[in-house]
Amino acid sequence: MSGKSVLIIGGGAAGLESAAQLISLGYKPVIVEKEESLGGNIKNWDRLFPDGIEAKAVLDGLLKRSSFSDIYLNSNVIEVKNSNSNFTVTLSNNNVVKADSILITTGFDVFKAERKEEYGYGIYDHVITNVDLEKFFLSKHDERINSPKKIGFVHCVGSRDEKICNRNCSKVCCVTAVKQAIELKEMFPDSQAYCFYMDLRMFNRGFEDIYLEAQSQHGVRFIRGRVSEVSEDIDKKVVVKCEDTLSSKPMKIKLDLLVLMSGMLNNSSSTQLSPVLGVKLAEDGFYKCEETIPGGNKTNVNGVFIAGTATGPKTLPETINDARSAAIEIHNYLNSTING
Amino acid sequence: MADFGFSLHPSSSIDLDNADKRLYKIVSELEPDIKKCIACGSCTASCSASNLTKVSFRQAILKLDRGLSEEAVMLLKGCMLCGKCTMTCPRGINTRNIINLILRYSDNKKIK
Repeated sequence: MSGKSVLIIGGGAAGLESAAQLISLGYKPVIVEKEESLGGNIKNWDRLFPDGIEAKAVLDGLLKRSSFSDIYLNSNVIEVKNSNSNFTVTLSNNNVVKADSILITTGFDVFKAERKEEYGYGIYDHVITNVDLEKFFLSKHDERINSPKKIGFVHCVGSRDEKICNRNCSKVCCVTAVKQAIELKEMFPDSQAYCFYMDLRMFNRGFEDIYLEAQSQHGVRFIRGRVSEVSEDIDKKVVVKCEDTLSSKPMKIKLDLLVLMSGMLNNSSSTQLSPVLGVKLAEDGFYKCEETIPGGNKTNVNGVFIAGTATGPKTLPETINDARSAAIEIHNYLNSTING
Repeated sequence: MADFGFSLHPSSSIDLDNADKRLYKIVSELEPDIKKCIACGSCTASCSASNLTKVSFRQAILKLDRGLSEEAVMLLKGCMLCGKCTMTCPRGINTRNIINLILRYSDNKKIK
């Protein structure tokens, strides 16, 4: 045991995976989590693309492998004293932690769909988000979902949109919409699903396969046009308007359920945390990487590292790989500080 | 030469090598926003005129880029400059300025 400690800010997928790796490298990680339990956004998810693995199984594995860590729940980082890269960190409940290195794994915030008022989330009875739908898959209950016959999915809600100041593609929504369309179709075999997209980004292995499955086995219809506005008719049906750009005609359709694919924004805690750590944010609000190639785990502060969606949208496997890479960066850094 | 009663039909394909991009060039210099379109169709979907007429901002700037300037102008003739497309565009394009520039410079004799 080296005796060196690493403070990990954020106990989601990236934090837990890097903790597990640091433990196997002989370190004692300390995880600071603002919520009352570990897991981050995976907690809200039922099944994961592309293979339909249960999110809970993945989370349980992460929790088991990282359980040797010291864990502070319901805690925020208030102050960081940096003396030659020896860190003294004060937490919100007055705990003080000494660390030889800090890893930022604060993750992302899901875009609040009510900010796109024209889509009617929180206004109309049958407009939900991707997160609501996963909760429905877990609980089997949502009063907004009543055996829908026609279901729509709106891609890029809060992504690729200058109007809400997020230029990024959130990467995961295209394939999530396809996954969720298949799952809903399996629950409601009489239903017809429509995906409204600008570009379909099926970039990873297996993604094209479920896109093909959605088309050929579940009859999901893909309409190339960004939804411009949503309204509700007298029967509480959701009326969706877009341009069907491939036929160059305005299009209108009445649906029983509309699912908004809310994207990933920078974690709102970063505006408070970045000045405390002295770590720079990029123009888009995500943390800035010192070097994007070969690896994006270094920050502008010596001894402070970063992993996961804190540096931009990532899939879960990408986040886990990034967390492993950060653990190795930290290992190399702590070794070089011993030798140097 | 004997007249067999056949004639050549003009090609309907877009010849990008010989496309007449003069109007596009003028507009893009004055309003570079025109290059930012991702053809999502939000402008046409929200357009007050597009349900009843052929107005389509998305199609118009695509046609302009392909050198089909006259078709582009026709697609904007019914525009009432209500500004809904500016509000809805996810790339924040100044649609009003582009529409005004296209209509203004399309009358330019040098381009026609």
